[in-house]
Amino acid sequence: MGGAVAADVTAAQGARPARGRRRGAPGVVELGLLSLGGFAAFFGLWFVVARSGVVPARFLPAPGVVAATFFHLTHDPFAGYTLQQHLLSSIGRFLMGFALAAAAGVPLGLLMGWFRWLDDVVSPVFEGFRFIAPIAWVPFAALWFGTGIGGPILIIFSGAFPPCVINAQRGARLIEPHLIEAARSLGAGHCRMFAEVLVPGALPSIVAGLRISAGLAWQSLVGAELIVVSSGVGYLMVQGQSNLATPIVMSGMIAIGIVGFLIDVALRAAEARIRRGWAGA
Amino acid sequence: MHIGATTDSRSYRRAVAAGRARMASAGRRPWIGAATVLGLAILWYVLTTATGAVSPARFPRPADVWSAALQLTLRGYAGGTLWLQIWYSSRLVLLGFLVAAATGVPLGLLMGMSRRAEALINPAFLLIRPIPPLAWIPLAIVWFGLGDAAKIFVIWFAAFVPALINTYTGVRTLDRTLIAAARVHGASERQILTEVMIPGALPLIFTGLRLSLQASWTTLVAAELVGAFFGLGRVLIIAAQDIYPGMIAFAMALVAILGALMTGCLGLLERWAVPWRRT
Repeated sequence: MGGAVAADVTAAQGARPARGRRRGAPGVVELGLLSLGGFAAFFGLWFVVARSGVVPARFLPAPGVVAATFFHLTHDPFAGYTLQQHLLSSIGRFLMGFALAAAAGVPLGLLMGWFRWLDDVVSPVFEGFRFIAPIAWVPFAALWFGTGIGGPILIIFSGAFPPCVINAQRGARLIEPHLIEAARSLGAGHCRMFAEVLVPGALPSIVAGLRISAGLAWQSLVGAELIVVSSGVGYLMVQGQSNLATPIVMSGMIAIGIVGFLIDVALRAAEARIRRGWAGA
Repeated sequence: MHIGATTDSRSYRRAVAAGRARMASAGRRPWIGAATVLGLAILWYVLTTATGAVSPARFPRPADVWSAALQLTLRGYAGGTLWLQIWYSSRLVLLGFLVAAATGVPLGLLMGMSRRAEALINPAFLLIRPIPPLAWIPLAIVWFGLGDAAKIFVIWFAAFVPALINTYTGVRTLDRTLIAAARVHGASERQILTEVMIPGALPLIFTGLRLSLQASWTTLVAAELVGAFFGLGRVLIIAAQDIYPGMIAFAMALVAILGALMTGCLGLLERWAVPWRRT
């Protein structure tokens, strides 16, 4: 499942027509203050609830405690490694699974977009498998690979593969027929057609697919690490959970959130660059 | 032979094919798909049963899956029969999804309508959004244990975000002229909400709900894998511990079929609620 594109908040904001403000519409200063208030309310509420003792500190540590634990974890190993080492092994798995999915998915998608018969053959199987949640591969991952590196990669792959295929296929399908005609009449064979028409033409769609795919890969990685591995941020969180160490669990969540956010920002930047390049060409 | 002529007719056919492709995937030839599925089934049989090229301890034979299906349906496995497990999983998904929809959609409407509400709520939302739903599972277990409350909490996080974002986008991308026109004709704020904004945003709201439902299902299966007393995720993890490939395959198929059924039901609801939507 997955692969569908969630609507984008930034796009929506950009789409809003810049017209004169309505009567009573808030100004920039007021909005900025409200945003600051939002941040303050979030942390303030957290702090107050944690400090008041309504919820035991064991379950809801104050923000300061979590921050201290976070920094503590960066130089004091927990569950075998420091936080950076856990993150590195998570990122390594992520990159392998994601690279594999992109390397298999994008060419398959392009081929499906070009050869209609291949699309007819692959699509029904692909659609069927797409409905299997990536995390449901955990048992087979454990059966086939044990605790080895293959298990998490299988799960990440099954999360990241569909958007790669779908977007490459759509990108190839939606290329202007004139371009294909022109290339064909100039005598381009299949190989040149791929290299010089299909890949460049479908590139924006492919990159958009890669971004979605990276997000899903990172999510699936977290799921995989909760179950089948013995290092990584997910594993750190599971260990924290079984020790009822809430600050450690929360530190893991923060680390996962930050890395996921950075991955998204990097791929968004790449996407915007490519789109700009295409618009200028 | 006129080479030019053949190329022409080929390119003509190609152009026609490209034109057809543009009409979505409606022109798919189903018999090819059916043949592929049949071919894969035969391949499965040949590799596992007829030749034994793949060990049944690694990948189940068709007969293993069938006997697993019989066992789960008739005698039960991992603490219950098929119907009990399905009932547990789908009940939790529906509960979590309903809670998420009931909070995410109104909040999205509010943020879409009022810039002030958006400025106030967005910071907390931005802080929470990058954390993938599955990362909430350990915290949910610490807070609520292995019972229903933990599952609903995690599903809520998974399903809340797409419901909110899409509703918000649906309201924000509405044609402002429509709202202005309604206002000029004397519509109250409430009428603008119920008669302009909600109907206008409904297609995107449903897109959000579909993503929410899919996220709910994936997250629930993951939560049940990590720790649960009943449910399909529990069947999966027990089958993995028992090294029972037939049951693993059957449970995976169930996960896929139930996911597809839920999405299908939501599609029907959408067709009924948003009859004007294209595709």
